[in-house]
Amino acid sequence: MTVLIDAENLTKKFGDITAVEDLTFHVEEGEIFGFLGPNGAGKTTTIRMLCCLISKTSGSARIAGYEIGNKIDSLKIRKIIGLVPDNVGLSEHLSAYDNLDFYGRIYDCTDTQRKESIQRFLEMLGLWEKRNFLAGTFSKGMKQKLAIARALIHDPQILFLDEPTVNLDPESAKTVREFILDLKKQKKTIFLNTHNLDEAQRICDKIGILNTKLRAIGTSQELEQSVSGRKTVIVLEQVNDVILSTLKKLLLRNLTSDGNKITFDVVDPDKENSAVVEAIVLAGGHVRTINVVGSTLEDAYLKLVRT
Amino acid sequence: MRLSKAWIIASRDFKIFRHQKNIWYSIIVVPLIISIIFPLILEFAGRRTGGIPVAQLPPLLNSFSFFFVIAAVFIPISIASYSIVGEKIEKSLEPLLATPITDGEILFGKTLSALLPVLASLYVGASIFMVLVDEVTFHKLGYYYFPNWSIGVILVILVPIAVTLSVEFSVIVSSRVNDVRSANSYGILMLLPLGGIYLAGELGLISLDTTNLFIISGIFLALDVILFFVSTAAFRREEILTKWK
Repeated sequence: MTVLIDAENLTKKFGDITAVEDLTFHVEEGEIFGFLGPNGAGKTTTIRMLCCLISKTSGSARIAGYEIGNKIDSLKIRKIIGLVPDNVGLSEHLSAYDNLDFYGRIYDCTDTQRKESIQRFLEMLGLWEKRNFLAGTFSKGMKQKLAIARALIHDPQILFLDEPTVNLDPESAKTVREFILDLKKQKKTIFLNTHNLDEAQRICDKIGILNTKLRAIGTSQELEQSVSGRKTVIVLEQVNDVILSTLKKLLLRNLTSDGNKITFDVVDPDKENSAVVEAIVLAGGHVRTINVVGSTLEDAYLKLVRT
Repeated sequence: MRLSKAWIIASRDFKIFRHQKNIWYSIIVVPLIISIIFPLILEFAGRRTGGIPVAQLPPLLNSFSFFFVIAAVFIPISIASYSIVGEKIEKSLEPLLATPITDGEILFGKTLSALLPVLASLYVGASIFMVLVDEVTFHKLGYYYFPNWSIGVILVILVPIAVTLSVEFSVIVSSRVNDVRSANSYGILMLLPLGGIYLAGELGLISLDTTNLFIISGIFLALDVILFFVSTAAFRREEILTKWK
């Protein structure tokens, strides 16, 4: 597989503030790479550096072999990428068609290419009937779709999407996610910023968890497994103080009780759970069910962004 | 610098302006007022006392002509402010900056979109002005005052320089404010020195003859060059994305 995005120790500082530090990762052709992180983690800054919108402070990154920060390469990079920023940034006083046509002209698409692409994308996204409406009259979901169409008008190799489903209703978000998956089928390489764990899990081949530094990188499964320990959930007929004080004496990790449910972290469930059940029974408790659950991406995310 | 790219920016802006009534008003109304009001003043001022003395007419007409320079600064303020602050409000610069277009091409496109409609409207307005002024002054002067070298210098040299100056100033102001009204208010400051020159001309402190108009053009051109560097520095993509308010 060809590596299309290759970052090495990429760092950006704004004065004394470090926005992102020592990012090292690569994205292969046809891959959907998700950057997960809280607000202010440096996701947008990373996209802006990779799209040659802002300079890097140190480190390096290559997009399809072109070096970011190099003036000549920057223009070449901007020819082969498409960007959907977090604020869609449409010209509200232009029609949907004119918004796309303008970008097609900027990218030197011929009249025929522009006409074909505009019709194809607007039809795919269900906006063809509204092509002559001003973009300012569109709903958030429609604007988001139009912004995606705009980023694809020149058939870019790599698409950068910054929070593409934020503030969208569930139906619009689903349409956008399905469209992103369609693009993957067309072998587009997609770099997706999101703080939606479910979205990352559903559509990304690889996920990077970012909080100024890259905390972890891997598939959703790999990240889940990277968080050590699993949880045991025991449902009792009734939880009382005697049972709780008995369990506390066992020094269980992250012991919590909620109604008649007790949850705690375990490393070796086979050994640890039998001792816990025995203690509960001796304290007069009646066990209904025992379940061992693995870590979720959410667990991994929360643990990693807090470190 | 690829002129074709700048032209794409300018033509997109022209399409956007079609929906902006304020821009239309300033482009059409201001030159029209100048071109009609001043001939009317000449026609009706001092009618009871025999009208404006012939000797006072040439300096007065030169001062009136200078209003086209004032308009050349005034009108682009609203266009350039809208053009740039409007993009800030719509946040439409970021996707544009991610395309293979240079900052200079965007800025030049913005300048063209303010320059061309203003020049067109001022030239039409000046033509009407000259015809009407000649019509009302011919019987006194015995010759057609316009066209002459003074208005030639104003329209061909000073007006384009003044429009460019105004656009550059608007770019700098627009990078620091977040609404069109504030940008316009700061832009109006540009009119103060021009108002001063006009008043000085009216009071007879300076003569707005061809020589002085060349000197004023030279000063404006120097300011143009200075503001060009300041405005291009303010219009760098990193500045726009990280420092513009």
